[in-house]
Amino acid sequence: MKQFLTFVRKEFYHVFRDKKTLLMLFGLPIVQIVLFGFALTNEIKNSKIVICDYAKDEATQQIINKIEASQNFDIQKTLFSHRQIEEAFKAGNIKLAIIFPANFNNDLSHLHQAQVQIIADASDPNTANTLTNYATAIIMDYQQELMKNNVVPFRIVPEIRMLYNPELKGATNFVPGVMALVLMLVCVMMTSVSIVREKENGTMEVLLVSPFNPFLVIIAKAIPYLLLSIVNLSVILILSVTLLDMPINGSISLLFAESILLIITALSLGLLISNVAQSQQAAMLISLMGMLVPTMLFTGFMFPIENMPVPLQVICNIIPAKWYYTIVKSIMIKGLGFSAIWKETLVLFGMTVFLLVVSFKKFKTRLV
Amino acid sequence: MADVELHNIVKTYNKGKVKAVNDVSFSVNEGELFGLIGADGAGKTSIFRILTTLLLPDSGNASVSGFDVIKDYKNIRSSVGYMPGKFSLYQDLSVEENLNFFASVFNTSVKENYDLIKDIYVQIEPFKDRRAGKLSGGMKQKLALCCALIHRPKVLFLDEPTTGVDTVSRKEFWEMLKRLKQQGITILVSTPYMDEATLCERIALIQNGKILSIDTPDEIVKQFPENLFAVKANDMSKLLNDLRKNNEIKTCNAFGEFHHITFQNDNENSHNELIHILQKANHQNIELKHITPSIEDCFIKLMN
Repeated sequence: MKQFLTFVRKEFYHVFRDKKTLLMLFGLPIVQIVLFGFALTNEIKNSKIVICDYAKDEATQQIINKIEASQNFDIQKTLFSHRQIEEAFKAGNIKLAIIFPANFNNDLSHLHQAQVQIIADASDPNTANTLTNYATAIIMDYQQELMKNNVVPFRIVPEIRMLYNPELKGATNFVPGVMALVLMLVCVMMTSVSIVREKENGTMEVLLVSPFNPFLVIIAKAIPYLLLSIVNLSVILILSVTLLDMPINGSISLLFAESILLIITALSLGLLISNVAQSQQAAMLISLMGMLVPTMLFTGFMFPIENMPVPLQVICNIIPAKWYYTIVKSIMIKGLGFSAIWKETLVLFGMTVFLLVVSFKKFKTRLV
Repeated sequence: MADVELHNIVKTYNKGKVKAVNDVSFSVNEGELFGLIGADGAGKTSIFRILTTLLLPDSGNASVSGFDVIKDYKNIRSSVGYMPGKFSLYQDLSVEENLNFFASVFNTSVKENYDLIKDIYVQIEPFKDRRAGKLSGGMKQKLALCCALIHRPKVLFLDEPTTGVDTVSRKEFWEMLKRLKQQGITILVSTPYMDEATLCERIALIQNGKILSIDTPDEIVKQFPENLFAVKANDMSKLLNDLRKNNEIKTCNAFGEFHHITFQNDNENSHNELIHILQKANHQNIELKHITPSIEDCFIKLMN
């Protein structure tokens, strides 16, 4: 036992004396959270629009006020003729135009029906889509207000409700993704690199020719990274709650327990990589290519899995982070308990056991 | 009794394409200082790794302290000390931390076996808080030796301990080995430096994975079949050319200050004849003397 503790202490020395690794270990999650939280958000704010109002009546004025009040839009100009719209789009930075026909209020109050035209710059279809949704939502909102005040004939208004994320906040989507990403990256890369470093420096040679059990070497190596990852996880959670107003609706201890399961999955994957890789660069490259890219692409936090072709959807299922992502979303956002996520947990657990068995089987007690 | 034994050990790499160790057999007696002498790539490190159970031989069998290197590898691992050719301690740990770490890896403490490493450790003690990576080459070797000795091993394997170390440190290192030998530790050491061969009790000359000769350094020198002469003149490179062209000369090798030669017909006449020829070829300050061959001479002789 004393042997083992000395080994763990040695690993901590390695981590704390390597300033570059330390910076990466703690800088990475902070940078990721800040980046995804502020820079790389898929919310669209302050997009420049123009309005062409032929009616200039009470109703259009109220709608325009609403649009002006919205953070998403920034009314650049009010045009007098729709002929100017084309020009405005061509000038470049206008994303959307809203045109109210003459007699807008008149039509609305007498015919109970009025039209409004929304023209979007669809050269970027996603942006165009989102912006028209925002605009429609504002108009719908106005329409509902009207209904409250007037006794209008019965009519069907489509009701759109955004479940769990009514404000369509981006953070709810990406924080679980960043958590998965950071944990995978840190654990897989750090363990594989640190084991391969022992091989490269020749210290593994000396350790092998000792009574020390090679498996203990591996476990001792994993412990500092397990602890550091838990610290990292706390940092991410604190940042996302304080900085990004992210809710944690479910049990925090369940969240940590599930995270530790993912960390162990990642550590065993790192161990497997270290068996294959012969140099630190190779280990780093394999973990980057094998972890970062699939975790980004196939967990569903950047690209919806439902939109992928079937073969890619199958690939998604072998990515541990995908399951973890679902678990975290269920706990943090939906506030669900273990009974709702036991299937995902079981899959993750199965993967961990499989990876551990394979990597221990493959572990070489000799050189080459 | 033999502490280390090898019988017909063969080791190949790249699926048999590269033969690193070719049918090697030798044994090291208990308490002996045994040297494995050979150039880089001769197979020394492969032999060390087979004996320290890090590599499996293709065929043949070997044992250390009576334990088989394949079956009883765990017993070997806990009873031998191994110092690989490359400096293999933790560069980011201090001298003291390295030593303490290896002591606890071997289930012992520095205090317990301090008498064994005291002589060596006092030399690096002033730097005990320095990171191992910041030590000089000689200091690193001393630290590595301390770490390999910390558990009082029965057999010590030192793979090229003096490569890349200055002459003074090399001398000190060999003196340390002699003292360790007096403690009854069997030492197997490898080196590419022929001058270090005479410091061993017995040596094995190895080339291209094959053992050329095994004996005490004195015996190996005695077995040199001819009289060896050293020649010197002002223009050494011209002298080498002229000597090699001469049919009377059997072998001729450049050896620093002198060229070492042997004659086809070794007698007074041929010696005088040679000096005469060299004088004719405008060589000045010609010197010819009979010398005892060095291990290197023997090695070259055995290689051809």
